[in-house]
Parts: sequence; structure tokens; C-alpha cells
Amino acid sequence: MTHTLSAESWQYRALNAMNPGLSYLSNALIDLAHEGHPVVAGSADLQYSNGLNRFAAAYPDRYVQFGISEQNMVSAAAGLATTGVMPFVATFASFLGLLCCEQIRMDVAYTKLPVRLIGHHTGISLGFYGTSHHATEDISTMRAIAGLTVVSPADGAQLASAIKASVHWPEPIYFRIGRGRDPEVYPDGVPFEFGRAIEHSVGSDLNIIACGITVSAALQAAQALQGQGYSVGVIDMPTVKPLDRDAVLKAAGASSRLLTVEEHNVLGGLGSAVAEVLADIGSGTRLRRHGIYDEYSLIAPPTTLYAHYKLDAEGIAAVALEQLRS
Amino acid sequence: MALDEQGPAAQPPTAQQIALLREKARYIRLETIRLIEIAKVGHYSSVFSCAEIFAALYYDVMRLREGEPDWPDRDRFLMGKGHAAVGLFPVLADHGFISRELLDGYTRLGSPLGDHPDMTKVPGIDFSSGSIGHALSNGVGMALGGRMNQRPYHVFVMLGDGEMQEGQVWEAALFAGHNKLSRLIAIIDRNGYQLDGKVDDVVGVESLRDKWTAFGWEVHEVDGHDLNALTYTLRKLKADSARQRPACLIARTVKGRGVSFMETEPGWHLGYLAPADAQIAIDEIKSQEI
Repeated sequence: MTHTLSAESWQYRALNAMNPGLSYLSNALIDLAHEGHPVVAGSADLQYSNGLNRFAAAYPDRYVQFGISEQNMVSAAAGLATTGVMPFVATFASFLGLLCCEQIRMDVAYTKLPVRLIGHHTGISLGFYGTSHHATEDISTMRAIAGLTVVSPADGAQLASAIKASVHWPEPIYFRIGRGRDPEVYPDGVPFEFGRAIEHSVGSDLNIIACGITVSAALQAAQALQGQGYSVGVIDMPTVKPLDRDAVLKAAGASSRLLTVEEHNVLGGLGSAVAEVLADIGSGTRLRRHGIYDEYSLIAPPTTLYAHYKLDAEGIAAVALEQLRS
Repeated sequence: MALDEQGPAAQPPTAQQIALLREKARYIRLETIRLIEIAKVGHYSSVFSCAEIFAALYYDVMRLREGEPDWPDRDRFLMGKGHAAVGLFPVLADHGFISRELLDGYTRLGSPLGDHPDMTKVPGIDFSSGSIGHALSNGVGMALGGRMNQRPYHVFVMLGDGEMQEGQVWEAALFAGHNKLSRLIAIIDRNGYQLDGKVDDVVGVESLRDKWTAFGWEVHEVDGHDLNALTYTLRKLKADSARQRPACLIARTVKGRGVSFMETEPGWHLGYLAPADAQIAIDEIKSQEI
């Protein structure tokens, strides 16, 4: 029986065809393949979530559907990488950064193979899908794996640039990315350099160091605070590892207070990485690590959660004010 | 020995070839005892169950090039039971992939040779292992890459029978069957024992034939110490270009084979033979015709 749906109804694949969400990932990989790079993409039954169905359509011989077997996907990607191809394998960050930890450590990082791991829908971006689908520990787990580069792009354009830059980066990489609806921060083609922070502004009262989806909100928060007379800078730290220590030290030198913001547990993530740098040099800079405070997220739509956990512009501005007044 | 880069035809091995393989299996066992004497601890019996498998693959079946461990068209070998690496290192030295002097420093400070095989340190090791259950997936990736790049090599993955308890093995098996990775050949060293006892007592894995068949593999069984049958079967599996499925060879073996007091004694999964006992084992290995 055929039935014409009302305008408000939708189904997953049709919606994806109209609004492909993470189109930046697939498009970047298609560009790389088109340029002759030996890209192979793989996904574990989430090709419509990560948009790799578009790469699969463009390069069917260079796409691998692994089914719901994330650990097999990671280990097989490592095997693939020994054959002269450059595998990009993607699944939810909650599975990639946690379920596949040991495969990443043993088969990808220790072996120094050029595997690119794409953990998408990270943080609490899956909202009411719940804790099983949230990833608030993946920076921490991946950062602790020796030899693994960890990148958390601010938006689609920066993701695309990072993906393209990765063909010249010999280390294995974990990309921690959102759900493809991240607010735009950068124009298409924005330069990307691994290990290099992007200094949007330097404040004399407070500097905010952010990564991922919180960069956009941090920029808005800084603007609001500037309107209230505070000098607040924002540093985007897309490469959480290797961390741009110089950028951290510069920010710490410019203001006596720092604030890190991340869609991640405050333990082990960007805030911890920054704290390590400050502690190493005995800095007296007062640091506030903002994120998820060692708890499991509530259930709610994503934007509601961002507001609840003060990870939206208003929330970050409020936390920044606390830090400014501390 | 000179290697035949093309590998053998699908014919039964000659008596002369079998004699050579027998000598190599003996060499693997004796070198295992010698190397473990250096470390003062090791997996004797895990090697003894697969010594003939190592010999058949590395001295007959696999396509290899002397002194060129990274030759792109070589056949690949991976092992899920990485703890048997002590038996493989002497083979790599035999092929000029590593120097023989390295063997003498087995497990000593700074040596590339440890209890488990490390591809980043040891030329000729096609993939590292140590965490049981990854190897078949790694082999799947290599077979996929070979198909994508249209390279002619085969990928042999030796798995322990206890390894069948790892979930990832079945993820890889399902994938390989579905994708008809016909150049992937799994060999199960079915020696019946794992660290805590008999595999069938710990968590039983039978029927292996039914399981692998159900996962889309062509399954064969062989006495893993019968060099004639083992080598001939592997030759045929490799030469069968009409096969549209991956192949699984269940090699029925005896853990500790070649040293009577080790055979079927699960404690010997890991241990040490003091020189007097090692000599008894050496004499037994030298006197036998397995």
C-alpha cells in the first residue's frame, strides 16, 4: 500500500537524503579519493548517521560496510592500513572511544598505523538516546593512548580541513566530532594544522580555551562578556593531543584566569590537559575546568542538555562570570 | 634454504619435502627450548602443538622472498595465539628476516623479541599480537586490502582453540564469510587446552566445523602433526582459485607434542625446564619422528 506522508512525518533515510547531517566528512573523503589518495572508508551500520553512504555511493569499491561489529572494524582497519591504503572508520564516539579502546591501543596506536578513527555524535549530542550513546570520556581514554593524535574540530569546515590535512600526518588519529549540526565557526577551506591552536582573541581578564561544539558558544559568551566590560579571549584547541602548550602558556600569561570548556567529563579531557601544562610550569593561573562534572548526563533533547549543563553561550558566559569574580 | 616464491603446486609433498619439513619442525621445537632457557619462562607446549603448522607454512606453502620480509606480494601470517612467537622467531632467522644473533638475546633488555610478536620491532612479523581475538580481524583487513589493490597474496591466520571464546573472532568470521574473502585461510590449532584447563571444560567451543560452516567458511580438518596431510591440505586450499569462501582448517593437535611429559598436561602452557629436564626433552625430540 502506498501512502503519502504528511509534511511533519519523516523517516530516517529520506531525511538523511534531504539533510545529510555530517556531509563534511564524506565530502572531504570524496575529495581526497578524487585527488588520488588511497582512502578507504568503513562504517559499522551507521552510514546514514555519519553520512558515509555518500562516500559509499561515490566510491563503492573503497567503502567497507562492517555491520554492527565495531571492534572487528577497528582491527580490520589496522590490517588494511598495512596494505598501503588509508582507512577512515567511523561509528558513534561512545562505541569507538570506549568499546574499541583496546583494539585502538594494540592494533592502531602501538603499531603506528595510519588509521583515522572518526568518533561521531560525541559528548551529549545524542540527547535522549541516553548514556549508552553519550561519550563524555573519549578524550580521556584516547588521550591516554600513546602515539594517538586526538582532534576535536569546532565545526564541519574545520573537520573537513583536518581530514584533508591528515593525509600528511603520519600518526594514527582519533577525530571526535559532533552530529553535523554544529554551528558554523569557520568558512570552508579554513587552514588546519595539527597541534596548533586557533587564537580568536586574547583577553586580559580571562581566556577561554575550548574545543568541539563549545567553541562557537564560547565565542558568543566572550562577546557578551565584552559587552559587560570584560576583556575575554577565546582559543580554539582542536588538537587536544598533541596539545599546543605555547598557546596555553600565552593565554595564561595574558590573563590571571583561564576557563576550559568541553563537552566532556572535566576529568581527563581538555581541561585536564591544560591543567597539566600549568602545573608543569608551576603557573599560578587560576583555572576553571568546565564541562560535565563527573556524572552521567540526564535525558533530554541535545539543546536542552547543552543549556542544562551550561555548555551553551549563556551557560558558558555564566560560568565565565563566576571565574572572573572568583 | 631457498624459497620458492610462487609456492608449491596442489600436489602431495614428496618424501624428500616431508623430510625437510620434519627437520624444520624439530628445529622449531629445539630452538624453542633453547630460547626459553634464556628467558627462564615460556610457552613450550603452545609451540609444540603448532610446530608442524609453522613448518608447513613457512617452508612450503607460503609465498615468501628470502631476506625481504616486506615484499608486498608475500603471503601473510598472523597468529591470535601470539604466545607461540618463540617458535616463530627461529623461522624468521632461518629466512634471513632477522639475524640469528638476535635469537641469542631473546627477551633480554632491549631485544625486539619478547613473548609476543611485535611488528614494530621484528621484521617478518606481519602483525603484532598478544591480546587474543584480534588477529582474524587484522587478517580480514589484509585480505580486503589485497582484494582492493589486486595483489595476489594469501593471508593465513592461526588461531588458538581457546581463542574461539573471544567474541571478536566471530565478528571477523561473519564478516569474512559474508564478503567471501577467499584468500583468507584460518588455521585453528585445536590442541584442546587453554591456561585454565581443557577448552571443553572451561567453555566448550564445539562443534567448530558446524560453527565455521554456518559462518560461511569452507571447513577442513586434518591431523595437525601429520606433515603429509597438513601440507597437502594447505597446498590445495591455497591453490583452489575457484573457492568463493574463506577457508578454515581445523588442525587437530596435541599440546606439548614431542615431549611426553608435557603432552596433555595443561600446566605446561607456561613453564621452565631446568637444564637436566630440558636435556630429556631435547633427547626425546631428537629421537622421534613426528
